[in-house]
Amino acid sequence: MKTGDWTALMRPGDWFTVAIGLALVIVSYPLLWRGGAAEKAVVRRDGVVVAELPLNISKRIVVDGPSGATVIEVQPGRARVLSDPGPRQYCVKQGWLTQANAIAICAPSHLSLALTGRSPNHDSLSY
Amino acid sequence: MTASVIELPVTADDRRIARYAAAAIALTIAEASIPTPLPGVKPGLANIIVLMVLMRHGWRDAVWVSLLRVVAGSLLVGQFLAPGFFLSLCGALASLSTLVVAVRLPVRWFGPVSLSVLGAFAHIAGQLLLARIWLVPHDGLFFMVPLFATAALAFGVINGLIVAALLRETESK
Repeated sequence: MKTGDWTALMRPGDWFTVAIGLALVIVSYPLLWRGGAAEKAVVRRDGVVVAELPLNISKRIVVDGPSGATVIEVQPGRARVLSDPGPRQYCVKQGWLTQANAIAICAPSHLSLALTGRSPNHDSLSY
Repeated sequence: MTASVIELPVTADDRRIARYAAAAIALTIAEASIPTPLPGVKPGLANIIVLMVLMRHGWRDAVWVSLLRVVAGSLLVGQFLAPGFFLSLCGALASLSTLVVAVRLPVRWFGPVSLSVLGAFAHIAGQLLLARIWLVPHDGLFFMVPLFATAALAFGVINGLIVAALLRETESK
């Protein structure tokens, strides 16, 4: 077999398959490196950031609010409000947050727990 | 006391499958000793054998060779029933089911290279799916997809060309 002879091993459709495969690979680069997965959990009280926790380390923090202590728990790739003194427990019932821009709000405690990604995706834009 | 002899009848099919499986297992072991920059990125040389068997002897033989390769290969490397074994099995099954369908594509247009590339993508997809569900329940895994896809395409093309060359070699004789 001579060098350069290998193109003879390709049938017409093979070029097509390889081209499609290559296109998929190229498309996957920006799509998947832009990152839909969350990276950081941000805890705010009255809109002021009180804690920023990386999502790769398990950690539990306690934030004091007007009606008592709220416990925030972080595990690799996710975060949640573990307990809150609020009466209706909406933010606790929301459970684990995993997506970038997901947010749990504990209104009675003036607290919010939000996840941020590598680049913020916008919920909406208006001009 | 007479020694009792149990003889299992061996057909020509069995011998042929065993021969191919042995070749695939040998390639698996050779490959296990090649250092890779990223776990999971491998040339998948054993797929050369599986694809050749598929094109020469049909899908039943290919399934046998592929699964024997996964089980015996993992036993020899010491990975049997370890996570790596299940990833390998899942990849092999995904790849086989794709190949069984893809082999029906018109032969005039689509040769071993197409099959190999499709099989490689299916292989990586099967493995990633299992890994995502079972080993890494976190979407961070998908950041790696471009790397795996690149490797699948590159090795898919190379392995496909090798199969095409081998088949041509045997057909011309």
